[in-house]
Amino acid sequence: MFEVRIHSRGGQGGVTAARLLALAAFRDGKYATACPFYGAERRGAPVVSYVRIDDHPIRVYSQIRKPDLVIVLDQSVMDVVDVLHGLKPGGVVLLNGIGPYPLQGFSSYTVDLTGIALRADLVIAGSPILNTPVLGALAKLGIVSVDSVKKAIAEMFSDPRNVQAAETAYRELVV
Amino acid sequence: MLTIATGNKAVAAAVRQVRPSVIAAYPITPQTEIVEQMAEYVTRGELDSQFIPVESEHSAMAACIGASITGARTFTATSSHGLLYMHEMVNWAAGARLPIVMANVNRAVGPGWNVWAEHTDAFQERDTGWLQVYVSTVQEAYDTTLMAFRIAENESVLLPVMVNLDGFLLSHSMQSLETVEISDFIPPLRLPHAIDPENPAGYGTLTGPDAYFKFRWDMERSMRDSAGVIRETEDEFARRFHRKYGFVDEYRCEDADVVVVAMGTLGKEAEVAADLLRAEGVKAGVMRIRWLRPFPRLDLAGRDVVVIDRDYSFGFGGVIAKSLAATARAEPFSVIAGLGGQEVTYDDIAEFVRTRSPGTEYWFGVNDNV
Repeated sequence: MFEVRIHSRGGQGGVTAARLLALAAFRDGKYATACPFYGAERRGAPVVSYVRIDDHPIRVYSQIRKPDLVIVLDQSVMDVVDVLHGLKPGGVVLLNGIGPYPLQGFSSYTVDLTGIALRADLVIAGSPILNTPVLGALAKLGIVSVDSVKKAIAEMFSDPRNVQAAETAYRELVV
Repeated sequence: MLTIATGNKAVAAAVRQVRPSVIAAYPITPQTEIVEQMAEYVTRGELDSQFIPVESEHSAMAACIGASITGARTFTATSSHGLLYMHEMVNWAAGARLPIVMANVNRAVGPGWNVWAEHTDAFQERDTGWLQVYVSTVQEAYDTTLMAFRIAENESVLLPVMVNLDGFLLSHSMQSLETVEISDFIPPLRLPHAIDPENPAGYGTLTGPDAYFKFRWDMERSMRDSAGVIRETEDEFARRFHRKYGFVDEYRCEDADVVVVAMGTLGKEAEVAADLLRAEGVKAGVMRIRWLRPFPRLDLAGRDVVVIDRDYSFGFGGVIAKSLAATARAEPFSVIAGLGGQEVTYDDIAEFVRTRSPGTEYWFGVNDNV
C-alpha cells in the first residue's frame, strides 16, 4: 500500500487534491481512498488529507502514521507542523516552492505550483488553485499516470486551464 | 458505471435512482452533502421529486410522515442532534407504519460539541420500531440504501429503515463505487393504509389500550418478519448485482478461536487486525454487525469474543456487548472505543485481542479497567 499525506491550509484545496489523486489512481486501475481529516479547521488553518493507493481493496480508515509521500502545498505550515513526522526512511517530499529544499534522509522535490496557477490565472477568491497543478507533479514522480491525471481533472473540473496547469507542473518538475 | 465517490454522494446516488416523490430535509454536519446533492438533482431536473427545505429536523420527519401516509415514497437524511430533535416524529413514523428511508450519518452527541463518528445518536432511536443497518464502505452505503427501500416497503414489513454510516470516516471518504441499473428491483410502493379521499378514515386518533397493545404487537411481528425480507432482498441483490451482504459480515470466522465484533468502519478496519493476528498464529476473525434492528443471532459458542462498542449506555455498558451477553450467551471482553471520533487503528484492535480479559469492560485510552 502506498500512503500519501497532504499538508495545506484550509481553502487551498488539499482535500480536493487528495480526491483528485485518488481518482487518478482509480483511473490507473488501482484501489484508492481519500480520507480528509476534518478537525475544527477554518480558512487558513493547517489541514491534513490522506490518500491510500493499493492493488487490493483498502480496509483501513484510521489516519496514516507512516506515509511514503508527503506533499506540502504551503511551506508556511512547516513552522507549526512537523510535516516529516512518521515519513518512511527514504520517503519522498513534494513541496510547493522555488529552488531546492534538501531534507536529510529523504528525497525532496520542489515545484512552483503557486506560480503556475497565477500565470494560468487559476485563482478563486484570491487564492491560487494548487490542487490541479500538483497532480501533474505527482505524474512526473510516477505516482499516477499522465493520462489518468488528465482524466481525473477533466472529470472534476470543466475549465481546461486546470489540465494545462497540470501539464505545466509535469514539465517544470525536475526529477 | 464505475466511479469514485464519498459515502454521502453514494447514498444520494442511490436515492436518486429510487426516485422518492418527496424529500424533506434539514442540513447538519456531516450529513449536509446528502441533502445538498438531493437538492441539486431536483434543481437540475435529474430527479422529479418535491424537495421540501424545512426549518428543522422535527419538521423534516413530520413532512415525510405527511407525504408517506398518502402513499408517496419519501426520504430524509440527518445526523446526531438532528436525529434527536426529530425523536418524537421518529417514533411516529414507525407507529404509523410508514416505510420512510432515512440516512443517518453517525455523529457524537454533545456536549462537548463534537462532529465526529459515534453510534450513540442512532442507538438512542433503537427502540422506536425502525430497522437499523450500519455500513462500512462507500459501495455498501449505496447498495444498502437501494435495499432499504425495498425492505421498508415490503407489505410484511412496512416499517421505516435507517441507514447508518460513520461521520467523516465514511461520509467524507472517497472510494470506488459501482452503480447499477436497478430496473424493477424496487417495485412501486403500494401502501395498504394510504389516505384515500374516496374512503375517508381517521388517522392518529385517541387509541384505547386494547387496540394500542395490538398495534405494538403488530409492529413487533413485522419486525420479526423483516428478518426474512432482509434475507430475501440481500439474496436477490446478490443474484442481480453480484454483491452479497448478510445480517452479519463474517471475515475469517470459520476456524476462529477469537472473534472481534464491531460495526461500521471499525468492523472493516478489524479485518486488517485479524490478518495481523493470524500472522502471529492467533486464529482471529471478525463479525461485523450490519443489522442492529432486527438484532442478529451470532454463533459465538466456544469462542473468545471481543466486542468494540462505539456507543455507551451510561450505568449499563457497551450496548452491543451487553446485547450479545444476553442473546448469544457470550462473555465478551467489552471494549469502549472510538467515541467522539477517537482514533482507533487496526494495531489498536489487534492489541485489544491480545490483551483481552473476558467479562470485563475496557475504555480505550483511559488507563483503567472498569
